[in-house]
Amino acid sequence: MKDEKQLLNIKNLVVEYRTDGGVIHAVNGFDLSLKKGEALGLVGETGAGKTTVAKAILRILPDPPAKVCSGSIEFEGEDLLRLSEANMHRIRGNKISMIFQDPMTALNPVETIGEQIAEPVRIHNRVSRSEARKRTIEMLEMVGIPGERYSEYPHQFSGGMKQRVIIAMALACNPELLLADEPTTALDVTIQAQVLEMMANLKKDLDTSLILITHDLGIVAEMCEKVAVVYAGEIVESGTADDIFNHTAHPYTEGLFDSLPRINSTARRLRPIKGLMPDPSNLPEGCKFCPRCPYAEEICQKKNPDFTETTPGHFVKCHKRKGDA
Amino acid sequence: MSAILEVQDLKKYFKTPKGALHAVDGISFQLEEGKTLGVVGESGCGKSTLGRTILHLLDSTGGKIFFEGQDVTKLDKPALKKYREKMQIIFQDPFASLNPRMTTAETIMEPLMLRGGMSRDAMLQETAGLMETVGLANRFANAYPHEMDGGRRQRIGIARALALSPKFIVCDEPVSALDVSIQAQVLNLMLDLQEERNLTYIFVTHDLSVVKYISDEIMVMYLGQMVEKTSSEDLFANPLHPYTKALLSAIPVPEVPCKKQRILLKGEITSPIDPKPGCRFAARCPYAGEECHRPQTPEEIQPGHFVSCCQARKINAM
Repeated sequence: MKDEKQLLNIKNLVVEYRTDGGVIHAVNGFDLSLKKGEALGLVGETGAGKTTVAKAILRILPDPPAKVCSGSIEFEGEDLLRLSEANMHRIRGNKISMIFQDPMTALNPVETIGEQIAEPVRIHNRVSRSEARKRTIEMLEMVGIPGERYSEYPHQFSGGMKQRVIIAMALACNPELLLADEPTTALDVTIQAQVLEMMANLKKDLDTSLILITHDLGIVAEMCEKVAVVYAGEIVESGTADDIFNHTAHPYTEGLFDSLPRINSTARRLRPIKGLMPDPSNLPEGCKFCPRCPYAEEICQKKNPDFTETTPGHFVKCHKRKGDA
Repeated sequence: MSAILEVQDLKKYFKTPKGALHAVDGISFQLEEGKTLGVVGESGCGKSTLGRTILHLLDSTGGKIFFEGQDVTKLDKPALKKYREKMQIIFQDPFASLNPRMTTAETIMEPLMLRGGMSRDAMLQETAGLMETVGLANRFANAYPHEMDGGRRQRIGIARALALSPKFIVCDEPVSALDVSIQAQVLNLMLDLQEERNLTYIFVTHDLSVVKYISDEIMVMYLGQMVEKTSSEDLFANPLHPYTKALLSAIPVPEVPCKKQRILLKGEITSPIDPKPGCRFAARCPYAGEECHRPQTPEEIQPGHFVSCCQARKINAM
């Protein structure tokens, strides 16, 4: 392997939401690393803690109730969790930016889209209004929106176009790292195809690293070279896309694949995972997946398994699979 | 087998300040008892409006709907109420379609109460039976919707739809709001119920993988019109309409390495308000030509395979 440097290194991140109803364990000991230029897919179901991790990286979790209890998030060698708020300002929207899920609510309805894209450019690059405007029009054209639409408002755009605006905004300062939280979930498939294609091209051209949060394994297969599967606030399996898709090791990942209706399969019944996600305010003691796992044994109820490397780069958090490796 | 449902040239237009919005524009099909027709298309293609117009939840602008031989567009109110017992709907959003002030049991029992003629005990017993059928534990009988997750709420919606033992159910995106593992549970439940009760479904969805899995036949809609209709296997193996081809190629397939040739469509869906005659897909179609500006009618190109495209033969070298 070449000596690619680590861009992002998350170690043992723990995030809790402290509410009146008790403590919600949203992220429980999360380890993740990303090299420059890499695209990582963060896969999991609603409530697995995917978005919480992304917001923790940007330090935009609402506190209270959210509390980062321990861990470190190293970005270009600096621990983001220890930075002053003023320094964090310089990173947010500049070196790390985020695309939010819902393009319908992520834009300010009373500001033109041009002004919204120009805002981070002016703040971070300290350029004049006219220069910021020039850069904005460049960005708009890059995402396939005619520059003349600079002075239009969000309601004049369709969903797919709004998502392009948000992507343009996120990329306006050439970030090192882009966090995309379900960027195409609200879009129709043909529009999703356009947006994904565009994101893949932009990523290649600008050499941006990407963390793509999604529940859609199809999108991960298309966009990401690395994958981490999240369940109940933990990564249960991580590796290259080939490891996860073709050498699936964790029973939860297996269950996810079996639950998917496939267009190229003729099966008449799906094999869903039994039961529901555990309540994050009352997590099971041992392995979090144990109550739904078809292979569960006694040890699984008692001890939370370690995150073990089975083949180089392929990590699995499961008692059963450790022996198989 | 005879058709339980026959729809002829169904139209539903909405009046808007800018003109008539052609939500459903001349749809015709037949559906046999015990089968599932999948209706797919993107936002705004009129698929939900089609489902609702068939149930007469929306008055149709034109056309006929025959259910068991009876034209429902001609029924008066009391007759329509009777007919609704046989036709039900499951809604998309389990968070919005349940009354937050009613418990599970009350929600499921409501149709029985409205029909009348049952003692309270009999209704409670029936409700318990329905909850068991859809896999809801008895302890949820007195729970309110906010206490339950999406999968369970959708089961309540299904139980309520089944309460009057209908023959036909319109399922409007019933699993779109659910996570994959829960989605699979609900889909399996719907298939089991269909087998047990010989139900007929119209399954409206934007998710092509789901529609393939659950449907016998699939109709693809674009801007209020049917562009293609054929058996589920045939549609995926042998799509003939350029829009269907693009739609199928746009689905991300969960396979690595990803070996996919994608047909990228230009632009976005055009306005359904006072559309011009001629193919509505032409503006985005890579094959569009002069003849596409004439009105298109569905043609049975192969047995059971209908396509509304004057160029279908040429494109597919037939």
